[in-house]
Amino acid sequence: MSEKSPLSGVFFMTGDTACAEGAISAGCRFFAGYPITPATEIAERMAERMPQISGTYVQMEDEIASMNAVLGASWAGVKAMTATSGPGFSLMMENLGLGIMTETPCVLVNVQRGGPSTGLPTLVAQADMMQARWGSHGAYEIIALSPNSPQELFFLTIRAFNLSEKYRTPVLIMTDEVVGHMTERVVIPPHKNIARYARRKPQVPPGEFLPYKGSDDLVPPMANAGDGYRIHMTGLTHDERGYPDTTAEAQGRLIRRLIDKIQTNKDDIIEVEEDQLDDADVAICSYGISARVALLPIEQARQEGIKVGLLRLITVWPFPEEHVRRVAKNVKAIVVPELNNGQIALEVERCVAGAARVIPVPHMGGDIHQPQDILDAIHRGAK
Amino acid sequence: MSKVSRQEIRFSGFGGQGIILSGQIVGKAATIFDNKYATLTQNYGPESRGGSCSVHLVVSEKPVLFPNVIDPSVQLLMSQEAFNKYYSAAPGGLVTLIDEDLVQPSGEVPSTGLLAIPATRIAGELGRKIVANIVMLGSFAAATSVVSEQALRQAIQSSVPRGTEELNTEAFNRGYRFAQELLRTAGP
Repeated sequence: MSEKSPLSGVFFMTGDTACAEGAISAGCRFFAGYPITPATEIAERMAERMPQISGTYVQMEDEIASMNAVLGASWAGVKAMTATSGPGFSLMMENLGLGIMTETPCVLVNVQRGGPSTGLPTLVAQADMMQARWGSHGAYEIIALSPNSPQELFFLTIRAFNLSEKYRTPVLIMTDEVVGHMTERVVIPPHKNIARYARRKPQVPPGEFLPYKGSDDLVPPMANAGDGYRIHMTGLTHDERGYPDTTAEAQGRLIRRLIDKIQTNKDDIIEVEEDQLDDADVAICSYGISARVALLPIEQARQEGIKVGLLRLITVWPFPEEHVRRVAKNVKAIVVPELNNGQIALEVERCVAGAARVIPVPHMGGDIHQPQDILDAIHRGAK
Repeated sequence: MSKVSRQEIRFSGFGGQGIILSGQIVGKAATIFDNKYATLTQNYGPESRGGSCSVHLVVSEKPVLFPNVIDPSVQLLMSQEAFNKYYSAAPGGLVTLIDEDLVQPSGEVPSTGLLAIPATRIAGELGRKIVANIVMLGSFAAATSVVSEQALRQAIQSSVPRGTEELNTEAFNRGYRFAQELLRTAGP
C-alpha cells in the first residue's frame, strides 16, 4: 500500500511515529504545532503525511496559537491534534480550558520530559500528571490516557479521537519520552477495521438547535461551522444557546454538566489492565512507562514467592477510583512507582483511604526506575 | 529473564554518526525480517550533533518487558568517551566492537572480547565516511548471531536513503569480511 493513504502492516516504528499514524487512522486531517523535543517526531511525521492525504499541517508561532488553531479546525469539522512537551504543555493550558468550555473535540499529546521549566529536554519524566488534571484554571473534568508502548500509543491515539468526539471534549495523551522515542513492532490494522466515532450532528432544524444543550448522556450534538446552524463560541459562562450568561445559576448548570458528562460516563471512558491481582498480597498501581518497568520486579518478586499483581491505569483521568478501591480491599500494600515526586500516589491514597498501605516509589526522571527500587518497595509492602 | 531468549546490545558514540540508525536497522532486522521481538530506546543530549548518543536494543523471542540494557552481550562503541564509559577489561561474555579510528584502547586490552574495526578508514576508502556505521554493522553480523545476516542485509536495504543501497551494501560487505578475517586469525 502506498504511504499516501493510511498505513497498514507491520512496522518497526517509534512511539511518536505510531502516534501520528494512529491519528491518521482515526481520521485526523489537521495538525498545528510547534516542534519540541521529545514530541518533534510527531510534528515531523505529520508534516510529511498531512499533505499526502489532503490534510493540513501548520507550524505555528508558538504553542498558545497551536492549541487555538486546533480548536478552530475542529469547529470547521476536521479532526485535529497537536503534540508538545513540558514548556509547550504549560503554554497550551489556557486554550485547553477554552476547548473544555466550548466542548471542542480534539487531541493534545504530551510526550513528557523532565521539568520544571526547560528541565531535561531529551530525557523522560511523568511529572505533568497533575498538570494534566488541573493545569487550566477553573473546575472541570478531563480525559487523559497513558500508553506503555508504541503499539499502545497507536491504539490510544485512535481511542483519544473517538472519546473526544463522543464526549465533545479535548482528550490528553500523557505519554513520555521513553515511549515516544521507543522503537518496537507496531501492527497497523487494515483501515476498514478501525472504528471511528462520527461526530453527532443536530437532528433538529437550524432554528431549534441549542448547541450547548446536553443529550441524554449530557453531551450536546455539534454542528460544524458551515453546516447551516447558528454557532456561538465563547470562553464566558454561557447558556444552552451559547450566549454569555455570567450568573451563578448559569455557572452551576454549565459546570455541573461539563463535569457530569465525564463522571457519569466513567465506565465507558476508564480502561485499566489488571494482571495477577487474584491472589496478590501487594499490588503495583502505575501507568505508562513506569507500569511497564514494574513488570520486571513483579516477575522477580513472584519468583521469590511474593504474590504481586499489577493495576495499570491506561485511563489516568478520570481517575479509576473504583478499581483502586477494589484492589485495596484485597492487598496489604499498593506500590506506586512514577517518574515524579508522587502525584498519582496522592490519588491512590485518597481512594484507598487507609484500607491498605500506599508506598510511593518516586523518581524524578532523567531515566526510568531501577527495577531494584521497585522490588525493594514490594518487599516493604509484603512485610 | 532467561539469557537465552533475551539479548541486549548497546550502541554508543556521538550524535551524527548514525548510532540511532544502526540500532534501528538491527531492531528492524530482528522484528520485521527475523520475526523476533525487539525494543529500542535511545538516549541523547540536546545537541543534534556532537553530543554523546547511545541506543539500548533488546532482542528477544518473547515480548520485551524491561526496555533498557542491564547486561549486554554485544556493544558497538564509536567514540573514545563511549569506550571509556562502557568498556571493561574483564568483559565476561561481552563482545565489544570498536571503530579503531575513533577509539584508542588504553591500559591492558585483552585479546578476547574486543574487535577493533577500521570502520572510518574503510568507509573513507568507499568515498563516504558516513557509512562507517554500516561497516560496523557488517562486522557485527560476522561476529555475533543476534540477528541473521540475511535479515540485517534486508533491513539495511529498506532503511538507507534511496540511491545509496549499493554503497551501503559494499560497506556492510567490507566490515563483514574484515571481522571474519580478524576472527579467523585470532582463532576461536
